[in-house]
Amino acid sequence: MKGMKISREAVQYVAGLARLDLSEEETERFTLQLNTVLSYMNKLNELDTSSVECMSHVIDVFNAFRRDMTEESYSQDVTLLNAPEKENGFFKVPKIIED
Amino acid sequence: MELHWLTIHQLKQMLREKKVSSLELTQALIHRIGRIDDQIHAYVTVTEEDALQQAKRADEMIAKGEHPSELLGIPLAIKDILCTRGARTTCGSKILADYIPSYDATVIQKLKAEEAVFLGKTNMDEFAMGSSTENSYFGPTQNPWALDRVPGGSSGGSAAAVAAGECIGALGSDTGGSIRQPASFCGIVGLKPTYGRVSRYGLVAFASSLDQVGPLTRDVEDCAILMNAVCGYDPHDSTSVKFKVPDLRKALVRDLTGMKIGIPKEYFIEGIAPDVEKAIESSIELLQKWGARCREISLPHTDYALAAYYIICTAEASSNLARYDGVRYGHRAAGYRGIVDMYRKTRTEGFGPEVKRRIMLGTYALSAGYYEAYYRKAAQVRTLVKQDFDHAFKETDVILTPTSPTPAFRIGEKTEDPLQMYLMDVFTIPVNMAGIPGISVPCGFSRQGLPVGLQFLGRHFDEETIIRAAYTFEQNTDFHLRKPPID
Repeated sequence: MKGMKISREAVQYVAGLARLDLSEEETERFTLQLNTVLSYMNKLNELDTSSVECMSHVIDVFNAFRRDMTEESYSQDVTLLNAPEKENGFFKVPKIIED
Repeated sequence: MELHWLTIHQLKQMLREKKVSSLELTQALIHRIGRIDDQIHAYVTVTEEDALQQAKRADEMIAKGEHPSELLGIPLAIKDILCTRGARTTCGSKILADYIPSYDATVIQKLKAEEAVFLGKTNMDEFAMGSSTENSYFGPTQNPWALDRVPGGSSGGSAAAVAAGECIGALGSDTGGSIRQPASFCGIVGLKPTYGRVSRYGLVAFASSLDQVGPLTRDVEDCAILMNAVCGYDPHDSTSVKFKVPDLRKALVRDLTGMKIGIPKEYFIEGIAPDVEKAIESSIELLQKWGARCREISLPHTDYALAAYYIICTAEASSNLARYDGVRYGHRAAGYRGIVDMYRKTRTEGFGPEVKRRIMLGTYALSAGYYEAYYRKAAQVRTLVKQDFDHAFKETDVILTPTSPTPAFRIGEKTEDPLQMYLMDVFTIPVNMAGIPGISVPCGFSRQGLPVGLQFLGRHFDEETIIRAAYTFEQNTDFHLRKPPID
C-alpha cells in the first residue's frame, strides 16, 4: 500500500508493547483503520511549529506538597476486596522469576 | 405534569412545601425506569434499595425542618465512570464489569453531603471512548427522541436518562465533548467546566489533561445548582484549582445587553447539516434581538484541533489504561502461562475494539522514533489552539458554535469507520484542548424532530458568563420544554 503509515508488522509490534493479542482478522482491520487515522493526522505537518512551545497541561501545574503526616488508610481487607486472586493478605500473581 | 418530568428547582420547592415526599418521587422514577428502560437502556445498574433508603432519610430531615441543600432528596443518575463506594462501577467495560470501589469519587462525596438520592449508574462508551454510547460492553443506549438513533456519547446513558424522565439530573464526564454532544442529541443542557474546576478524584481516567466532570440537566437553573454542588478544590486532585467558587445561581440573569458574542467562521464547515446551520442562524438573530452584539471571529487552528486531540488523548489513554493488568482489581483471564501471558490475555479479553484501537494509536504515537512526529507535534498544536481562544477572548465575552455538526445519527451508521465517528467531536474538542468551559443548550429541532444544540464557550473559570448567556437564551425560547415521545 503506497503511502502507508503503519505496516502490518508494526501493528503487531505495537500490540506487543501494549500487551494485546490481535487475531489475523483484527490485525488486518487495525492496519487499515490506523492508516486512515494516521493519514488524517498528517495534516498537522501543514503547520510550522518550529518556534511553538509544547503544552501538556492548560493550567500551570505545581508540585502539590502536603505535610508529611500519617493519615488513616484503607485496611488490608478493603484493599484486597477486588483482587482477582489473593492469599494470606497479599495479591497473588503467577511466578515472575524463573527457576 | 408528572413527577418524572420536573426539574430540581421545581421539586426542591415541592419537597419543602411537602407537596411530595422524596420517597414518592424516588419510587415514581424507579417505576418509570422499570417501565421504559428496556427501550432506552440508559442504566447499567439501578441501585433501588439504596435509593429508597436515601429518600427516606431525606424525608426525615425534611420532617424535622432540616434543609441542608438544594439537592436534598433529589434523585440523580451517575455516569458509570465515577467511583461509588459499594456500588459496581464498570466504566462500560468488561475489564471492570465486577469492580466495586471501596471509595467515593469526590463529586459523589459532595452530592452525598447534600443528601441527594442516587438512582444508579448510567451507560457509556467503554472508558468514555466514543461519541455514541455504542462502544459499551453492556450494549448501546437508544435516543429517547428516536429509538433507532444514538443518544450521543460518551455520557449517552446520563443524557438519555435525563431526557426520558428516568432521573431528575445527572453527572457525566467530558474529555472531548462527552457531556455537551449527548446533551445536544437528547435536547437537554450539559456543561463542561473549566479544567481544574471540579475534582477528578475517583473519575476513572481516560485522558487526564482533558477529563472534567459536569452536569446534565433539564434546564440551566438545574445546571447551576448541580455545578454549585460539585465544584471546588480537592487536595486529592493535584490539578484541581484553588480558585474561589462563585455561586452560579447568581449568574441566572435574563439579560444580554452589551454582551459580545463571537461566532467563529471556521465552525461553519462543509458537512454541517442544513437543519443545524438554520437553527444556529436563527439563534444568532434572536440573541441580537435581545441585546447581544454578535460578530464573526476567527479561530484559525480549529481544523487542526481534532487531529492533535486524537494523538494526545490516545497517548494519555495508552498510559492510563496500562493499569488494567489483572493484578489488583478487574477481570483476570483464566488459563495463562506466566505473568506476561496473563497481562496479554487479560487485556485482550477485557477491552473492546475501540479501546484497543485507541491504546494502539497512543502506544504508537509515544513509541521510539514517533514521539517527536506525533505527540510532540500535537502538544505544540495544542498551544496554537489555546492561543486562538486567548486572542478571541480579548474582544469577545462568549463564543457561540453549534455543539455538533449533525443531529443524532442512526445506531450502527458510523461504527465501521472510526474517523467518521471522530469527526462528530469536531466542535467540542478544541474546548477541552484549551481547558475552557462550555455549555450546550437546546436551540431547535431538525425536520425529523431531532433536537439541535448550541454551545456557549467562555474564558477560563468564567462559567458565570456562559451560564448567563445560556439562561437568557433558554428563558426566551421553549425548546427545553419539549418532551420526547416516550411513554
